[in-house]
Amino acid sequence: MLYFSVPLGKLVRRVSRLRGGGSALPGLVVEKIDPEFMQRTLSTLPLGVAVVSGTNGKTTTTKMVVELLESQGLKVFTNRTGSNFTRGVAAALLGDVDWRGRLDADIAVLELDEAHAVHFVNRVPPRYSLLLNVLRDQLDRFGEIDKTAQLLQHIASKTTGTVVLNREDPRVARIADTLDGPEVRYFGLDDSLLSTFPNDDDLRAGPGSPVPALPGKPHADVVLRRVGTADADFEYDGATVTTGMKLRGVYNIFNAAAALVLARCIAGNGATPTDHDGLLKALSEVAPAFGRGESLVVDGRPLDLVLVKNPSGFRLGLKSFPAGGYATMIAINDNYADGRDMSWLWDVEFDSLREGGVDQLTGSRAYDMALRLQYDDVAIGAVNPDIAPALAAFIQGAKGKPKRVFCTYTAMLAIRRELSKITTVEVVS
Amino acid sequence: MTPLSQNAESQDGESVTDGPDTVSKGTIRVLQLYPRDMNIYGDWGNALVIQQRLRWHGYTPELLEYNVGDDFPSDIDLIVGGGGQDSGQLVIQDDLLSRESTLKDMAEDGTPMLLICGMYQLFGRFFKTRTGSVIPGIGVLDVETHGTDERLIGNVTVSSAEFGDILGYENHSGQTTLGPGVKPLGTTPKGIGNNSSDGKEGARYRNIVASYLHGSLLPKNPAIADFLIRTAVERKYGSFTTGAPDDRYAVRARELAARRPR
Ligand SMILES: [Zn+2]
Repeated sequence: MLYFSVPLGKLVRRVSRLRGGGSALPGLVVEKIDPEFMQRTLSTLPLGVAVVSGTNGKTTTTKMVVELLESQGLKVFTNRTGSNFTRGVAAALLGDVDWRGRLDADIAVLELDEAHAVHFVNRVPPRYSLLLNVLRDQLDRFGEIDKTAQLLQHIASKTTGTVVLNREDPRVARIADTLDGPEVRYFGLDDSLLSTFPNDDDLRAGPGSPVPALPGKPHADVVLRRVGTADADFEYDGATVTTGMKLRGVYNIFNAAAALVLARCIAGNGATPTDHDGLLKALSEVAPAFGRGESLVVDGRPLDLVLVKNPSGFRLGLKSFPAGGYATMIAINDNYADGRDMSWLWDVEFDSLREGGVDQLTGSRAYDMALRLQYDDVAIGAVNPDIAPALAAFIQGAKGKPKRVFCTYTAMLAIRRELSKITTVEVVS
Repeated sequence: MTPLSQNAESQDGESVTDGPDTVSKGTIRVLQLYPRDMNIYGDWGNALVIQQRLRWHGYTPELLEYNVGDDFPSDIDLIVGGGGQDSGQLVIQDDLLSRESTLKDMAEDGTPMLLICGMYQLFGRFFKTRTGSVIPGIGVLDVETHGTDERLIGNVTVSSAEFGDILGYENHSGQTTLGPGVKPLGTTPKGIGNNSSDGKEGARYRNIVASYLHGSLLPKNPAIADFLIRTAVERKYGSFTTGAPDDRYAVRARELAARRPR
């Protein structure tokens, strides 16, 4: 089987591409005829496998780690988000291996959804893991926050080399106490930024109210000290460096500190010494992953897409992207990938939108959103659950103004498809 | 932009919420139970709806919190309590038991209360976990809950003679059985509710509404919010006069929610 699976899988991939199909079929074929394909291929990588997991910011952080490692001359294999993780990785591997099944890469950096974490790390123990945060996200899928923390703990326990943890998220930081195998490293946040970075435990604490520091905080390899409009200060190796940032939003830039820790661990273990200037330059050039605060151009004015999928993410999005001068649209769907339970909208304060109001609401739960805004005294322009006409009306009505769209995952996909008809958008299916 | 709800009818630019020229019809003291540990699934939404609708009906809300170790505030007119995960329930358990007699007296006396999910369970007689250990409740409600391996998740429609259709979302693995001392809140044409066998959801006892539904519950079910408010006002001031909340978004949100798949 082994000898035929790769050529056969690649053939299926080629045929399925010709027919305009996605990645599921070739992944499925190779999984069925050669279930060991994925772990066998990944196990040949000289620097092993690094996984990035957590509720918020996986996609952008994975992208950052990849670009940072590439700045160090490493060849990196990575995955795109998809419906079935294992199948998606298998399909992506098929595209990158040669006909004899060899992968030309030094390391794999994989974004790992909590839902697939246990299955994957049991089959492929990662050499590195980066665990970002445990936030209230799609509780209907996982049941409880503490359950998500257990999933991340399981990833950490299967890690053979280094585990990188968020020092500021108590549920993530606590994982360190349960480990005796891997080395533990942290990324951290300056105390002055903690209040702009609420966790779910102080969801009801007022804006700007001080969050007490954990007693005996561990040392962090990289600490985010300051966030400016287009730059940020990171402290590491005993010095503070300032670097320009294309990324927007405190939480994205905090995850840059996370990516920096992981990239420094991996590069530091390589044959060549770490090129620190190269790392910083790469960091300053990282652009957001699709929908993660990326800016498109519509009618000659920017249109920002901000993905929101849980209360902390929505609050941070509102904080990081102030409403002043912008036309605002909010698109809320309740499909499986968005989370079915709308309760989370009630854990976000929308006062910051009160001054300018919201121009357009859309998505299958547009009226749940309208109700939410009504209770926060935010004025509403129009409500239309149908995304295509709502987006057209929004663009038409906001001529000459920069625009911002807060959207859940599947609403974002729909909006991108619509926008691709009028501007250049990378459409991800 | 459309002006919002509250005083959509006021055209002379009066302030929309309790401005200086609005004479309050009275103050209602609302207590959130354990918001620090039991606030999962948008329970703030229920407190916010009570607060805003009191204003829209012309009353002044005074919102108070009670957390573990606090002094229990006096003269409370209305109580809202939310859900928590297992760790949150463990944190509040002893403290809640120490408030048993206070809460029982208030319930028997007719204080309106909204109890969601975890707080519904803890106001019952006990919660027996999957492993067989028994967590005592405060026994305000004649109900008992048994932990299971099955998680009941999804959109729910409850049919209630008192409140009409109640729309929400459930997510629980505890299954609750009602004793003869309480009535169900309603039956479940869509969704599961209290347990997977009898097709009933929630509990009604005196002026208590207990339910597994999040959503949050009150925004899309203003009839329940107004029942709690009216009861609180009548108990305190003898009579209640209604304001004119604008419920058009609630009406549309209910229509859409009712059509969503389980
Ligand atoms: Zn619940």
